Amino acid sequence: MAYDKFTILRSTAVPMPIENVDTDQIIPARFLKATERKGFGDNLFRDWRYNNDDTPKPDFVLNNPTYSGKILVGGKNFGSGSSREHAAWAIYDYGFRCVVSSFFADIFKNNCLNIGILPVTVSPEFADKIFAAIEADPKTELEVNLPEQTITLLSTGESESFAINGYKKHNLTNGYDDIDYLLSMKSEIETFAETRPF
Amino acid sequence: MSTPKTLFDKVWDAHVIRHVDRHFIHEVTSPVAFLGLEGRGASVLFSGRTFATADHNTPTLNQHLPVADPLSANQLAALERNAIKYGISHWGLGHEKNGIVHVVGPENGITLPGMTIVCGDSHTSTHGAFGAIAFGIGTSEVEMVLASQCIMQPKPKKMRISVNGTLSKGVLPKDVILYIISQISASGATGYFVEYAGDVFENMSMEGRMTVCNMSIEMGARGGMIAPDQKTLDYLNGRELAPKGEAWDKLVPYWESLKTDEGASFDIDLTFDAATIEPQITYGTNPGLGTGVTHQIPVAEAVKDGAASYKKSLQYMGFSENESMIGKPIDFVFLGSCTNGRIEDFRAFASIVKGRKKADNVTAWLVPGSHIVEKQIKDEGILDILTNAGFQLRQPGCSACLAMNEDKIPAGKYAVSTSNRNFEGRQGPGARTLLASPLVAAAAAVTGVVTDPRILIDNE
Repeated sequence: MAYDKFTILRSTAVPMPIENVDTDQIIPARFLKATERKGFGDNLFRDWRYNNDDTPKPDFVLNNPTYSGKILVGGKNFGSGSSREHAAWAIYDYGFRCVVSSFFADIFKNNCLNIGILPVTVSPEFADKIFAAIEADPKTELEVNLPEQTITLLSTGESESFAINGYKKHNLTNGYDDIDYLLSMKSEIETFAETRPF
Repeated sequence: MSTPKTLFDKVWDAHVIRHVDRHFIHEVTSPVAFLGLEGRGASVLFSGRTFATADHNTPTLNQHLPVADPLSANQLAALERNAIKYGISHWGLGHEKNGIVHVVGPENGITLPGMTIVCGDSHTSTHGAFGAIAFGIGTSEVEMVLASQCIMQPKPKKMRISVNGTLSKGVLPKDVILYIISQISASGATGYFVEYAGDVFENMSMEGRMTVCNMSIEMGARGGMIAPDQKTLDYLNGRELAPKGEAWDKLVPYWESLKTDEGASFDIDLTFDAATIEPQITYGTNPGLGTGVTHQIPVAEAVKDGAASYKKSLQYMGFSENESMIGKPIDFVFLGSCTNGRIEDFRAFASIVKGRKKADNVTAWLVPGSHIVEKQIKDEGILDILTNAGFQLRQPGCSACLAMNEDKIPAGKYAVSTSNRNFEGRQGPGARTLLASPLVAAAAAVTGVVTDPRILIDNE
């Protein structure tokens, strides 16, 4: 699936300092019935975002016009639970291109990398600084620099470097996906498959 | 002498770029993968290594009728269409082998020791009970496996969790895994692949091992595995799709080599004492927020979650710190799922409800994991016990575990569930889930409140 290339992103951010945000919250199961990948952003955080009668919950951050941007900053253990890639699709479709947390669940992180969202793991201290900076000024901008692997709070200039698998970085920067790479190795794959005992 | 290897290393290292031996697909996470495949003009490389079953979004009553919800029907039709188009084995709704993917894989002998197994479902970790490396993947990866039979994965770190000693009466495999998760938290094994070791797992049935490995993901681990032994081979031998005769015999020495070598090292090695484990129940909104059923809800300072998140969790549940779990009124009981939808789970449930009656205030949904389990329930006379106690048996599927079909717990209601997740809204918008074993679920079903099942066992 093609996605936008990721290099340097400068944006305000939406803070969500809640721990253990699981993928059932990001997109509840009843919205997984589609057979095409479109429109999931409408139901991003559905049950935190809307009341039963579909009216917006005013105290939820996505309904607060003070906060906006292409970066979502979550609490510890973001994206736990179900492997549904629909969670990453919903985040992308809503308009986020980067998710920042001090700790990501594995499958969610992989799913993000596979569809063009950059998951940035920061130290708990840096996460706290980001939350504090946004609380003090919601217009605070962050700069996420993938080639340099840095995330910077532009208001103070404080910066931290983040880790990313070199292969995944190459893919994200160029908008490539794994499948093209694997298909280029088809004959080696077929040869290896012959050796398997079952 | 070569370097000692763990069970995980032995299976992992045998797979060059993570060749996938078995790939399971279901109706929810595969349609977009097939669309992607078509979009790039690719095809399915090894259709014989992928198996399709419909489970997540199927009704559990009147499966012979057309599926009422058009979106669900469309998803089921897409799975069938794709399976036919690419020559993939498909056990759709109504098929005699249909059931939850992680129940039907092992019971039909598709799952074997030493395999790599993936599925677009996080509870794929279940298959680790057979000494396979099995883990959940996203839809992009489903497409990847369809196209190339391979997957790109960084090698996780290794954790061993040993539980030694003897489990007390009334303590089931579900209690063991809920206890472990409560000790290390819902993110305590993120980044790791777990091996379960020690007498408790050695003495556990294959069904019990599946329950344990199933919930590895609930502490963040990508998967969990248990070394195959005679019990593993006895379970698989003769199953319909397992190798037969000479083919089986040739694999046995390899399977017997699949155990962690003496001296092999783990990044984390944890040990628990079986005697300290009681029947468990969760009180919060992640699987790490659980405790012994006779315990009180801990204060915020005593749990690993942040105080604000913990408060939010208890508020959602309608609970307070220091409250006792025993005696809390409940509205629903759910027996089923890939965690506890196997024959042993129904036997355990029946052992408590036998000669008793379902409490009037409780709605119970008993959902077998597959048609094969359903048949066992009938053949063993368990259905009669359940019926006499006022329970109804539904038809196989994931059902209220994720509430994608119409089996939704209503807002604000409490459900004691044998499934795997107690997240907000997991079992229906606003639903409140208490995760527990089939015995704890049965005790709640006949008393209408959270009850220590050991009291009911004593009375027999």
